[in-house]
Amino acid sequence: MLSRVAERVYWLARYIERAENTARMVMSFHLVSLDMPKTVPLTWKNLVAVTGNDDIFDEHYQREDERNCVKFLLADHYNSSSVFSSLKSARENVRTTRDLVPSEAWEIVNELFLFARDNMDSGLGKRGRYQFLTEVVQRCQTLTGLLAGCMSHDPAYDFIRLGRNLERADMTSRQIDVGAYRLLKRPEDDVAAPYDGLLWTSILRSQSGFQMYRQHVKRRINGVDVVRFLLQDIPFPRAVAHALQNVQEAIERLPRNEVPLRLVMQARRHVLGAEVDHLITEDRLHEFVDTLQQDVAGVHGAIVDTWFALDKLDKAA
Amino acid sequence: MSIDWQSYDPKPFYDELIIAPGKPRPVARKLTEYLSSLDDQELQTRKQAADHAILEMGISFTVYSEGENIDRAWPFDIIPRVIPKREWEAVQAGLVQRLTALNLFIDDVYNDQKIFRDKVMPKYVLANSKNFREQCRGIHPPHGVWAHICGSDLVRDRDGTLYVLEDNLRVPSGVSYMLENREVTKRVFPEVFENSSILPVDEYPTQLFDMLAAISPRPQDYPEIAVLTPGIFNSAYFEHSFLAQRMGAELVEGADLVVGADDCVYMRTIEGLERVDVIYRRIDDDFMDPEEFNADSMLGVPGLMRAWRKGKVGLANAPGSGVADDKVIYAFVPDMIKYYLDQDPIIPNVPTYLCVNEKDQAYVLEHLDELVVKPANESGGYGMLVGPHATKKQRAEFAQLIKKDPRNYIAQPTLSLSVAPTLCDDGLEPRHLDLRPFVLQGVRTDVTAGGLTRVAMRKGSLVVNSSQGGGSKDTWIVDEEN
Repeated sequence: MLSRVAERVYWLARYIERAENTARMVMSFHLVSLDMPKTVPLTWKNLVAVTGNDDIFDEHYQREDERNCVKFLLADHYNSSSVFSSLKSARENVRTTRDLVPSEAWEIVNELFLFARDNMDSGLGKRGRYQFLTEVVQRCQTLTGLLAGCMSHDPAYDFIRLGRNLERADMTSRQIDVGAYRLLKRPEDDVAAPYDGLLWTSILRSQSGFQMYRQHVKRRINGVDVVRFLLQDIPFPRAVAHALQNVQEAIERLPRNEVPLRLVMQARRHVLGAEVDHLITEDRLHEFVDTLQQDVAGVHGAIVDTWFALDKLDKAA
Repeated sequence: MSIDWQSYDPKPFYDELIIAPGKPRPVARKLTEYLSSLDDQELQTRKQAADHAILEMGISFTVYSEGENIDRAWPFDIIPRVIPKREWEAVQAGLVQRLTALNLFIDDVYNDQKIFRDKVMPKYVLANSKNFREQCRGIHPPHGVWAHICGSDLVRDRDGTLYVLEDNLRVPSGVSYMLENREVTKRVFPEVFENSSILPVDEYPTQLFDMLAAISPRPQDYPEIAVLTPGIFNSAYFEHSFLAQRMGAELVEGADLVVGADDCVYMRTIEGLERVDVIYRRIDDDFMDPEEFNADSMLGVPGLMRAWRKGKVGLANAPGSGVADDKVIYAFVPDMIKYYLDQDPIIPNVPTYLCVNEKDQAYVLEHLDELVVKPANESGGYGMLVGPHATKKQRAEFAQLIKKDPRNYIAQPTLSLSVAPTLCDDGLEPRHLDLRPFVLQGVRTDVTAGGLTRVAMRKGSLVVNSSQGGGSKDTWIVDEEN
């Protein structure tokens, strides 16, 4: 398989996963915002913080209100992680790898992009938002299902799994970070304190994890358990540990995999070995997630160096 | 209200579907009857279904310099163009004959040059040919074939005669649209396919694959074949990707390939370097190998010519094939057929005046208002003068151009291109069209069943190129005996 093509399917998967995750996140926050009493201030800007693009946001906006934050996350062209930009990039990547993925994949991504572009206004307004975002998430899932069910599980598919799961591990860890920052560390008299349960629920919901948490954790929603679930629950597909396991499996199937394999195994060990209750009581969770993010970035870098970087290939030959 | 064939009048042109108002050609009877059974609204619904299918299937072409929005939906007219199988068989034979002679000519040009010594063709045409490549002298590609893929443009005149207007031997495009047009038509008019025997077109990718496999330097069951594209910004990128996909070949860009010290071509893959046997290259000679041609080319592969010359890789079309693309050389194709094959041409050429001949030039300058003047080495309909539609000033400009560089201009009578009913805003209207069949030559020669019909969507226009507002139609070769 061509290195350039491997890189494109990898990014196709990352962008689709990014679009889906961003849509999920906005949706769950949208729902929780409807539940909150007016007296409790909700900070939409936190969602922007999850994506790590606060700087770009600040360059373009004065007010950190719902309208601006949602627009930034869904529609803005200059936010390379917005749903619109992600879908556009996904479309470019699938357009240039059409000879590799099932032809329906192109149709799904192309239609999804056109749908998002043409219906963006309803996603920005409160009234049509739920429907718009549900549709985006469902279509992303349709693609994932199509690829899993109709594409040979060959190296191209391994790179898709790689991209999807690395992006997922990245995004879930960011959500844990921001959730933890907001919910675990704050003055005792915070007016929002009674609603912690609701907010943790919203974080779970954004990963479709609420039901699964209920079934598997069987305790009232609390910070430590939610973080543990999202970080370490191996059976839950959107948990960091699960995603990294998938990354590892995909890497194991690819040729010349020593370096990326070593790094992903190391990242998994860090995640599984974390003592979440201590991290929280000792206020080291943020620091931990920081290291985790570096681990994920390290795996990405090794993937690039091993399989995508053309000049390094020639030297190896 | 449904289509009223009585009120559709193509006069004074030859119409592909009807003989006279209300009187369909026998081969088109089933189609016209079927179309009459649809009311206006139904027809518009089908048109919308086709537009939707095209958008959904992502059939697009790219227009240069439109900034960010480079991808345009493929313009398609749902009313098919119909040709009787019996007529088509003669055309096929004519195309095989033509490409065979052209390949003998190219091989001769780069080797013995007998045709010049025997004075069948004057040698000056070579000296001034833009697409003659000195680097190709003395090379013998497999089977003596240089142009493996040829797209010849056919036009029909007022009396129904089909002519070859030009041969495209460099990187002819359009075949993917021929295939996709059929897909769309099957979605839109499934009923007609049930009742007629329309020859299928979808063998092309298999034939292309077989032809490419046959020029592999390592005869084996699984040759590694790659389609070399200039990339996503090329106007035919859709087609490059489409063909690679249908053949199960790799779609590569220059940066994916490297020529090793052993003169073999390799792809950069996740496994490391992998050898490539055959390259279906869709980039022009000039950009193919910066070591031998345009040194600034970022699209090509340094050393590719070396690899080809040493027989380590098959290239289709072979570099230098474009020499026969020249419109001056076109004028000699009937002579070539006679010279190399000792046969009479089955499909005639359009009469062509060579401005380089004094007598011809005098005639051309005197009749600029009747003729079409074309530069010898352009494609895509660029840089030409349609005399009857041109202003006095444009004609004067062309007269200057011709006098300055006579070798580079030819002129032909303005043909009354045939028309076919085309669905426009106000119902069916006649529009001019041409036809580009594709011919594959390797060990054997295959011709597509029909080809790509291109139609000038603007009223009265004769320019069918998609880059200049042209559209297309599905082309049916219909077996009337079945």
